[in-house]
Amino acid sequence: MKGEYMTHHLQQRAPIMEALNQYKSMRVVPFDVPGHKRGRGNPELATFLGEQCLTMDVNSMKPLDNLCHPVSIIKEAEELAAQAFNAKHAFFMVNGTTSAVQAMIMTACKAGDKIIMPRNVHRSAINALILSGAVPVYVNPGVHSELGIPLGMSVKDVEQAILENTDAKAILINNPTYYGICSNLQALTDLAHRYNMLVLVDEAHGTHFYFGDNLPASAMSVGADMASVSMHKSGGSLTQSSFLLINNEVSEGYTRQIINLTQTTSGSYLLLSSLDISRRSLALNGKEIFRKVAEMAQYTRNEINKIGGYYAYSKELLNGDTIFDFDVTKLSVDTREVGLAGIEVYDILRDEYDIQIEFGDIGNILAYISVGDRHLDLERLVAALAEIKRRYSKDKSRIYIHEYISPQVAYTPQEAFYAPKQKLPISESAGYVSSEFVMCYPPGIPILAPGERITKEILDFIDYSKVKGCFLTGTEDSNIEHINVLKELME
Amino acid sequence: MNLWYTEKHSPNVRFSLKVEEHLFTGKSDFQKIDILQTSEFGRVLTLDGLVMLTEKDEFIYHEMITHVALATNPSIKKVLVIGAGDGGTIRELTAYATIEQIDMVEIDEMVVDVCREYLPQTASKLADPRVNLYFEDGLKFVRRIENEYDLIIVDSTDPFGPGEGLFTKEFYGNCYKALTDDGILVNQHESPFYAEDALGMRKAHQKIVGFFPVCKVYQFHMPTYPSGHWLFGFASKKFDPTQDLDAASWNELNLKTKYYNTDIHVGSFALPNYVKEQLKDVE
Ligand SMILES: Cc1ncc(COP(=O)(O)O)c(C=O)c1O
Repeated sequence: MKGEYMTHHLQQRAPIMEALNQYKSMRVVPFDVPGHKRGRGNPELATFLGEQCLTMDVNSMKPLDNLCHPVSIIKEAEELAAQAFNAKHAFFMVNGTTSAVQAMIMTACKAGDKIIMPRNVHRSAINALILSGAVPVYVNPGVHSELGIPLGMSVKDVEQAILENTDAKAILINNPTYYGICSNLQALTDLAHRYNMLVLVDEAHGTHFYFGDNLPASAMSVGADMASVSMHKSGGSLTQSSFLLINNEVSEGYTRQIINLTQTTSGSYLLLSSLDISRRSLALNGKEIFRKVAEMAQYTRNEINKIGGYYAYSKELLNGDTIFDFDVTKLSVDTREVGLAGIEVYDILRDEYDIQIEFGDIGNILAYISVGDRHLDLERLVAALAEIKRRYSKDKSRIYIHEYISPQVAYTPQEAFYAPKQKLPISESAGYVSSEFVMCYPPGIPILAPGERITKEILDFIDYSKVKGCFLTGTEDSNIEHINVLKELME
Repeated sequence: MNLWYTEKHSPNVRFSLKVEEHLFTGKSDFQKIDILQTSEFGRVLTLDGLVMLTEKDEFIYHEMITHVALATNPSIKKVLVIGAGDGGTIRELTAYATIEQIDMVEIDEMVVDVCREYLPQTASKLADPRVNLYFEDGLKFVRRIENEYDLIIVDSTDPFGPGEGLFTKEFYGNCYKALTDDGILVNQHESPFYAEDALGMRKAHQKIVGFFPVCKVYQFHMPTYPSGHWLFGFASKKFDPTQDLDAASWNELNLKTKYYNTDIHVGSFALPNYVKEQLKDVE
């Protein structure tokens, strides 16, 4: 009880915010950057963003510490964050969870080291392989036979990958996937640890697991080694801010060196203070916040399922392995029975109903529910979905889902990315090895990654995604009509 | 005592009423509710600091939101009223013996309770046996209904705050679905005069036009609303409000009204050019 009281007491502090307030009240004359000088030098920007915002946009200095080498208030804030997340240490990240995922992989792997991961990782993970030269060993995540969504990794498949690659340095796990699906994190962590592999967890969509009740297990709670936590998603901080958590034997100093390889030397205090304040809020009120979010998501799920046609899925999908757990705060909805692709529903919601959801893919939409939502907005979403069904529903046979396409990895992502290459019309590229990515954004999970052989099946899927209106990205050619392939294979 | 209630009619225009007594103030789950006793307008209901009705001019609003549709189609039997917690719209509707059922959906029960206590002038007919009260979100209520009502009246607050959902495309689409083939939709349609209200008016019109073959707007004079120039929308699947007006039958009913008559009915659809232009722009 006493310990809990102490923790609660400490978590009421927000050292970065407090230091910024203190610094402001000292009315220090700024002869340092940023040159807008508390907004006075850029009145248009100050009017647009608000004066308070610009007065807090300051540079590293003694009273405000330095993100690259924290010794005072940032260090304290990091310690509080570590305590809140039950980690050995927490790093404040200002270049998105992308930078956290990359720091995890680059801390764990050098060039040539193997890392086991599901293929449905975010592009940031494969980008880290291009940067580091690490070699992926993909585990087929499998696709749900009815919903068409990629699932978690089965413990057996991971075990097989580990046995075939006992020299691998680490394994990367999504917790949860964009759709809310969790693998058996405890079992996978124990398994990897038995073979002395580090367990890295992409928790871009799992911040709330650390605070809410009855939510899936978090990385730190099962003893994983590193986790990337998108505070700016369900945690409420500003876009681009994130935490990197470490645990066990992972060295704080070495991880910091890796972070500093690519991190700015001018970390934004707007982002840092937003992390600090949001951490405090979650530590103090997270349980209640996520109880409400889960309740709103459940209400909306029930109402959407009453419309008919749509399927807002939840824990009934659990199968003990590839869907070991489900994050009930996620509102993922299968739309195919209405005869519309998820991406079509996504577009109609925005264009016709002024409702912006997180993403739509071929078979699903995902609406992000958070503490900022109001009941009346949930009613709008449900009503709009009912209307879309009434006005736009089509024959369901026009939407077909694709099986998981097992990648044929010919080269490591780094080799392929830097290899001599040749531009080809994408339609003529089957059989060649791609030097670049193709993906729909969102969700940003690569359809094709550098080093993978292009097949007719993949091209068909890309075509289908294009026709349905997915936003494709990744290639040098911004129109995705041409693709760079490896030259040596051209002859 | 020199107590004045002041409301912003636009960012640069204010409107003030001399207040004799602040009779009630309270906060529901949805909004702040106040009743003022004023010198000129009698009792006034405000929600979130905006005048919803006054005893002195509410008859204009409530007569115009109801009689236009009922004089156009005298065989209306089943009516859905959304909003209208003060009861004024219901009071006008209960004057028609031919109406068999009135369902009223108000999100905020506290508005009804307060009006029952402080505004019997409008709330007096809420106890009529034909009236069923539902305290829930209007958007949610209509979503589940198909081909049921001959008339839907949207007596809403403004397009921000708790009434927001009642100015959306999904709401108007759901209303279309909830109406019978003879169905008429009458809605609070904001005002063409000040920029913010005019934006609400244009957006509402744009969204309704997409659903209904007949889609008109009519005007009335509302002294306590910003600019005093206010509009209702008349949308229907079949009836044209001026061509199909059955003036003789309505006059035979001998209803006592203070503002509405069948000449005003026709005249209210004649709109000033600047209003016509704004509406045409979004059609
Ligand atoms: C699973 C996953 N990992 C990492 C990221 C990267 O996060 P950020 O956009 O903050 O860089 C995302 C972003 O959408 C993601 O979905």
